[in-house]
Amino acid sequence: MAGERTTTETGVLGWIDQRFPVVDFWNKHAGRYWTPKNFNFWYYFGVLSGVVLVNQLVTGIWLTMHYKPSAAEAFSSVEYIMRDVEWGWLIRYMHSTGASFFFIVVYLHMWRALLYGSYQKPRELVWIIGMLIFLVLMAEAFMGYVLPWGQMSFWGAQVIVSLFGAIPVIGTGLVEWIQGDYLPSDATINRFFALHVVALPLVLLGLVVLHIGALHEVGSNNPDGVDIKKKKDANGKPLDGIAFHPYFTVKDTFGTGVFLMLFAFVIFFEPTFGHLFLEYDNFAPADPLVTPEHIKPVWYFTPYYAMLRAIPDKLLGVMVMGAAVLIPFLLPWLDRSPVRSIRYRGPITKLALAIFAVAFVILGYLGLQSGSELQKLVAQICTAIYFLFFLLMPVYTKIDSVKPVPDRVTMHD
Amino acid sequence: MIKRLLPYLFALVSGSAIAAAPAVPLMESGANIFDKASLQRGAALYFNYCGACHSLQYMRYNRMARDLGLSEQQVMDNLNFTGAKFGDTIHAAMPAGIGIDQVGGEDWFGKAPPDLSLTARVRGTDWIFSYLMSFYPDPNRPSGWNNTVFKDASMPNVLWDRQGIQMPRAAAGEGEGGHAGAPQFDLVKPGSRTPDQFRQDARDISAFLEYVGEPAALERRAYGIWVLLYLLLFTGVAWLLKQEYWKDVH
Repeated sequence: MAGERTTTETGVLGWIDQRFPVVDFWNKHAGRYWTPKNFNFWYYFGVLSGVVLVNQLVTGIWLTMHYKPSAAEAFSSVEYIMRDVEWGWLIRYMHSTGASFFFIVVYLHMWRALLYGSYQKPRELVWIIGMLIFLVLMAEAFMGYVLPWGQMSFWGAQVIVSLFGAIPVIGTGLVEWIQGDYLPSDATINRFFALHVVALPLVLLGLVVLHIGALHEVGSNNPDGVDIKKKKDANGKPLDGIAFHPYFTVKDTFGTGVFLMLFAFVIFFEPTFGHLFLEYDNFAPADPLVTPEHIKPVWYFTPYYAMLRAIPDKLLGVMVMGAAVLIPFLLPWLDRSPVRSIRYRGPITKLALAIFAVAFVILGYLGLQSGSELQKLVAQICTAIYFLFFLLMPVYTKIDSVKPVPDRVTMHD
Repeated sequence: MIKRLLPYLFALVSGSAIAAAPAVPLMESGANIFDKASLQRGAALYFNYCGACHSLQYMRYNRMARDLGLSEQQVMDNLNFTGAKFGDTIHAAMPAGIGIDQVGGEDWFGKAPPDLSLTARVRGTDWIFSYLMSFYPDPNRPSGWNNTVFKDASMPNVLWDRQGIQMPRAAAGEGEGGHAGAPQFDLVKPGSRTPDQFRQDARDISAFLEYVGEPAALERRAYGIWVLLYLLLFTGVAWLLKQEYWKDVH
């Protein structure tokens, strides 16, 4: 028959494979996706991001079945879910805990890329698409946080949206356009709901497909940063590569089990996580007439929030915060080191990475605090460290010493 | 160098700790939502002393009955003073406005008594306990009462017949003392309950309101143990499977 594909498969699979390259697809992405066998602990966070994404999508769908996106009903409908909907409390806690865990695994996933130079050639696009995912995730999380319409939802939205007001000339109009009102209001919650449950998840899913597609085109990096495709056997299989399925599907199943235990522990025993995941103030309904004592974003935004507050000028602060989020996009071109992995890099790079990580964590802590003068000073120093890590990278990665990179992966970590 | 920096580091951390903590030092409530008798006593006290003015708009009588081990009869006869149905949410006994002048809570207290469904989640259980323990007479307030935890609260001490009358030990002009620890009180006129008994009253009400803030808290830990046990088994099997598959990876 004209146009029919040839296949060695028979039966139902053969029927499908004649019409759609399902076998090729499986082999390309699982059965014969040659994965470095020396993956370590840090390599779980990619698959775990996927696990949390699925959790957010599924619990999110069930939440929309009961949630009411209006300023008058939103807060009550969340309490209705918590009390009157069968298992509603579980669905809600899985979603709220999942939001925080999403950022935990994504931050660790990005940290892994920093450790092992996973953004370097030829994986620049993997990194850039990943950064786009991070941006969309931030928008998704911000809008999701507004939906319960508690005090912190309202005032958090008010503060974050008003940042756009710092833009000269169009700022005020832009803020009103985003909110659909002079303040966060019914119009705001309705459009944020649309974006949170339809628009952004669609974009997010599309980007995730591209992220994995781009990765599978060039192959995965590994803790040694060596290119496993350079040493192949007679069949063209990399000597240090093993099939993603079954080796990593089974290994990731184990990792997912460990992750789910931590996840379940928080959901069932400490769903507010010491009032870090669900804050005190957000159990009070939004009230435009009562300003909370400290308005602060949820913990995953606090490093950037601390940078914003560290800068005395509003417009400059917004620009610094925006730059902080965007500057990692340039990482593939800022890093001039001939080696990828931290294992074979020199002391300067190791020190820079360590100081950077500490500064980022301190910024996250400071963003949760009320912001005394001393804290502001520390935040300014850490902001400077954050930017210097990137801006000086072309220099220190170039002059830093490197150790010889082995031909093949070292199996023992 | 480190020695010179240490005081600053300390100031950084301790300063922030003070900022993050509630503005007033609180007492430890010792409330336990798994003590069913305590929840039942708390409910009884709540409906007799608090429920006239404060609603629990997200809580239903029937849910409360189920969770507290009370029968429909017990709840409807002893705790429901509003004529609501068993499946209804809990409204205050005091109507929003009564009489020709539509007088209500706002007219009597200067502020409508707030709904207490989520007070334990917004302020914490210890806050509720400390608040109930911290009323003292103040002739300068319209209600004749003030409170060291919630300064110039509109609410009078509705539990005074049980607690008696107490005065803060730091005398009338209590300043903005930076000392940690809740203020001490001296009982000037005993109530119907001993200080220890009243402490338990306040603890019971706090526990009841903590339960009302999150009814699911009663059951989620019990489910959580089974979920964790299952996941432990699952992860163990997954580990063995991984070991089996990875035998041929060298």
